This record gives sequence, C-alpha cells and structure tokens, in this order.
Amino acid sequence: MTSQTIGPRPSVMRRILPQLVILAVALALNVAVFPEFFEIDFRNGRLFGNLIDVLNRGAPVALLCIGMTLVIATKGIDLSVGAVMAIAGAVAASVVVDGHGWGTALLAALAAGGLCGLWNGLLVAVLRIQPIVATLVLMVAGRGIAQLVTEGKILTFDNPGLIHLGAGTVAGVPTPILIWLALGALVTFVVRKTALGMLIEAIGINERSSRLAGINSRVLLVCVYLVSGLCAALAGVIVAADIKGADANNAGLWLELDAILAVVIGGNSLLGGRFSIIASLIGALIIQSVNSVILLSGLPPEFNLVIKALLILGILVIQSPRIGNYIYLLKASGPQPEPDAPASRPTKEETAR
Amino acid sequence: MKLKTTLLASAIALAPMAAMAADLTIGFSQIGSESGWRAAETTVTRQEAERRGIDLKFADAQQKQENQIKAIRSFIAQGVDAILIAPVVATGWDEVLEEAKDAEIPVVLLDRTVDADESLYLTAVTSDLVHEGEVAGQWLVDEMNGEECRIVELQGTTGSSPAIDRKTGFEQGIEGHDNLEIVRSQTGDFTRAQGKVVMESFLKAEGGENICALYAHNDDMAVGAIQAIKEAGLKPGEDIRIVAIDAVPDAHKAIADGEMNATIELTPNMAGPALDALEAYLADGTEPEKWIQTESRLFTADDDNMAIFNEKKDLGY
Repeated sequence: MTSQTIGPRPSVMRRILPQLVILAVALALNVAVFPEFFEIDFRNGRLFGNLIDVLNRGAPVALLCIGMTLVIATKGIDLSVGAVMAIAGAVAASVVVDGHGWGTALLAALAAGGLCGLWNGLLVAVLRIQPIVATLVLMVAGRGIAQLVTEGKILTFDNPGLIHLGAGTVAGVPTPILIWLALGALVTFVVRKTALGMLIEAIGINERSSRLAGINSRVLLVCVYLVSGLCAALAGVIVAADIKGADANNAGLWLELDAILAVVIGGNSLLGGRFSIIASLIGALIIQSVNSVILLSGLPPEFNLVIKALLILGILVIQSPRIGNYIYLLKASGPQPEPDAPASRPTKEETAR
Repeated sequence: MKLKTTLLASAIALAPMAAMAADLTIGFSQIGSESGWRAAETTVTRQEAERRGIDLKFADAQQKQENQIKAIRSFIAQGVDAILIAPVVATGWDEVLEEAKDAEIPVVLLDRTVDADESLYLTAVTSDLVHEGEVAGQWLVDEMNGEECRIVELQGTTGSSPAIDRKTGFEQGIEGHDNLEIVRSQTGDFTRAQGKVVMESFLKAEGGENICALYAHNDDMAVGAIQAIKEAGLKPGEDIRIVAIDAVPDAHKAIADGEMNATIELTPNMAGPALDALEAYLADGTEPEKWIQTESRLFTADDDNMAIFNEKKDLGY
C-alpha cells in the first residue's frame, strides 16, 4: 500500500491495472513452461536471466510504441517505423564504417529518423493525406533507401561505443533497457507535466474543434510524427548495434505491427483521444513475454504463430468493452450491491495514511 | 551478274559461320538482390562470362516473376544464344519456356528448379540442400567421435525449402549415432538478430554448459548466436561447437578467429558449370545431364580461412 503514496497516482494505477494483470498472466505462463523463469544471476559482468531478456528484447517495440502512442492519440498511425529503423541502422553503420565516432553515428541516425518523421508529418498535416497512406509510402520505400545506404549487404562494424548501445551494459543492466525506460519516463513526464498531452488528445478527439479552440494542430501533428521517427531511429540503432551490423532487409521487419499491437493491448483506442504511454509500454512487455513463452516452450516452430495468435486473441477478447460490461454486470449482481470503485477507494486512502 | 550471285550466295553461306565465330551473347535473368549470397552470385556470373569472352545481358527482376518473363521475352526478341534464369518461383514458366524452345534458344536454370516439363530447359544447376545438411551432420559425427553431445538447432524460415531440406539432411547425417541428440530446435528466420535472440533463449532453457553443439541452417544465424554465447560468458567454438551452412565471408572470419568450427559452402558459382554445359552444347550439341549438382564443400579450421575471407569479401556478400 505504500506504493500508493510514492508510486503513480491511483487513477494511473486504475488505468494500467488490466495491462498489469495480463502481464502477470503472461509471466505466469512463462513460469509454467519454464519454472526457473525468474532466476537472475550475474554472469560475465551482466545480469543474466529470462526476465532480463524480456526487458532487453522488448526494447525495440517499447521504443517504437512510445512514438506510436502519441501518433495514434492524434487518430493517426505510423506504418513506416520498421523501415525507418532499417534506415537509421544503415546510416549509423555507414557513418562508423567511414571512420567517425559513435556519437556522430547516433546523431546522424537520429537526424535520418527525424527527417523521415518530418516527411510523414508534412504529408499528414500539410498535404492532408490520410496517415495510413502517407506513412505507407515510407514503409514501402524505406527499405530500398536503407539498401542503397548499405549497398545491399549486411554492413558490419566493430566500433565499441556504438556496439555498447545495443549489446553493452551499464552496471550490469543491458543498455537498451535503460534507454527505453529513460525515454518512456521522459516523454511521459513532458506530455503529462505540461498541457501537451491534453492538446494531443484534443486533436485525436476532434481536430477541427481543437483548431477552433486555438490549438496549432498542424505543428503538433508534425511534432508527433517527428517523435515517432526519432523513437524508430533509436530502436534501429539498438537493433543494428546488437548484431554489430546493419541488415537492411530484416531490421525492424514487421515491427510496426508489433508496435501498433502494443499500443492496442495498452488499451489505447485506434480512433485517437486519451492515451497512456505507460500502458503501451506494458503492452510491449506483454508481447515480448508471449514471444518468450514460445521460445521457452520448446515446441516446434510451426506452432509459433498459432500460439502467438491465440494468446493475443485472448488478451484482446478480455479487453473488449462487451466482455468488460459483462464482468461489471456480474459483479453488480453479486452479493455486494455497491459498485467497486467508490467503496474501495476510501479504505485505500485510510491505509495509506 | 554471275559473279555477283556467287558472291551473294557465298556471303549467305558464310553468315552463320561468322556468327558462330563471334562471341556468344547470353541473357541472364536474376531474381534480384535480396541477400548477400544473391549479390555474390550476380558478381560471379559476370566474372565467369567475362573470363570466357561472353557478352552477358543482365536483367534484375526485383523479386517479380512478371519481370523475369518480360526479360526472357526481350532476350528471345534480341536473338541471344542462350538464356540463364534464376527462377523466383517454381510455377508458371511453361509458356515462356515454350517460346524460348520455339526460338531454339537453350535455357539453363540456376540455383532453383521449376515445375515444368524437363524438355523445356537444357539443364538445371543447383546445390543439393539435403546433402548440405548431411555434410554438416557427418562433420559433427566425426568431430564427436562417439562422445555424448546435446545439439541445439537454429532453423531457417519455417516452411521454406532450405529450412526443411537442411533439417532433413542433418537428421540423416547423424542418424544411427545415439550419442548425438537434437534437444532444441527453433526458427531464427535466417537472420542474425533472430539467431541471437533464439540462442539466448536456448542458453537459458538448457543451460549453456549442457549444450555441446549448435547447428544453424545458415551462417548469419550462427554469427548472431556466437554473440549470444559470448555474452553468456562461454567460448563459442570451444564450449559450444558451431557448424552452419553457406560459407559467407563472415563465417570464414569467425572460423579463422576460432569462434566457429565448420561451414558448408553453398557456392555462388552456379554460372561456371552452367556456361561449361552451354558452351559444349552450342559447339557440338552435347546434351548435358538434366541436373548438375554443385559441390557442397566443407570448410574447417584446417583451411586458410583468412585468405578465403579476403577473396570472398568483395563479391558482394
């Protein structure tokens, strides 16, 4: 109960509760197929365990879904993030191969990702092209651009600084985990401690009236696609650094769909409006936990997609409003006539004091 | 007048001979450049043609069959002496191959075969994917020499023919040796990133010290897995033996560094045997076999891998 005082506010807790429950179930499934799932030891100067893998391997989708949540909150969608990852990875690799430092490479990759985001933003906000079509352009063309940068091969590098971003550790914790946690916290802080989050939600709910209310929706729209591009660039650098090479064909392939799925599992509506970045991040972890179940189960790979589909279907069904109503009605018809929320809240506050 | 007729007649009679003496023109319809191996195949085909003084007309189909069919029709219209095709899919070739046959232009298939009547093409030059897996399995049998060995396998993309055949071949290779056992097998999608991710999960699920060997369906996955093994604090190549297929430059480098033990070559030189067969056929009509199998050569630490790496690295892998 102390988490009530020092942790997130009760309203945030209530918002992310379904996601936390699903995550707990997904992790429990992992324990079911592999009992030592939660064991973590310190090996070769780094934390070593399945839970660390889930956090570490979830990094690309977690980073993507930070930007994707903002884009979806404006009633948009960004299909190009996977391709932007490939471009950013290719740019970073080619910069270090040319003999520059890892800082330059990171900046160049972020610049490339930002440019891609800006392009999407201009197509959506200025030319008024529907987001799904506007970002499809880069989704299709982006991999071609990445291949031009790498000249069609896997561009390998051995710059220790750049590799550290993907495969290194800070105090035993893999760097990608720290990067996505930090970026998630930063973006959440910025959108929630300022009016920015609310302005983004206003655009998603009704862009026209938000503009009439004085919100510069055009600039904000360009900005959310820009952020999405930057997040994708960071994810692309991490993925390339992880394997010490930029693979233009495969880096980030289909990850845009995983990112959208993470946002949806996070309980955010594809029709825009209210959003929660924390819930999306938990969504990303849920997807990675499901992947982990598949890998640890030891079943033949022919089952991979079927298992994933069934688990995701289950998660989405549990979250559907119909089922939610049904559960609510079941509770309401139970022995306790009073609805849950008002009854439990005062007691929580009492214990907190 | 008579002199003129004689000259004309002899000119007509000589014309085909002049054409024979001139350099061969061969059209090559390539799938595209989806992988490093494919790019290397294109480079080697160009080199082989140049070495023999053949004029090679190159068409990149960018993974589309309709582009390949267009390219073949244009080769026929140009009246090339022969056509090489690396078919993107197996079906739907009958009509265009028929057209080539009517134009009496021999067609040679590279790297993959098609579902069409054998009479429609001269020969097919491919590797034997099952055999590659067998060579890998046989290497491990010899390497372990009766010792117990728990093997993990990184499969290619689920359902793809290289993944199915290389798995079958390896299983045939280790058949009858009860000391060898495949304990985990999962797909790594032929990519470095997935190879690394799946190897990480193998290392945790089985415990790194309980795994004695890794068999990967391609070198890229093995290279990714090597990094995962290193991060787990084990020595790839010593603690866990690694055998994979393709023999790309990075695999030779890994073997030279002692981080990998063996790789089986999928040669990018499909054009060499194809052009040999074509030249023999065009010169005196020698019919080649319907299937020319390329060599699946095993490379281990006994080979000079650094030299091979330097030789291969500029081929476009």
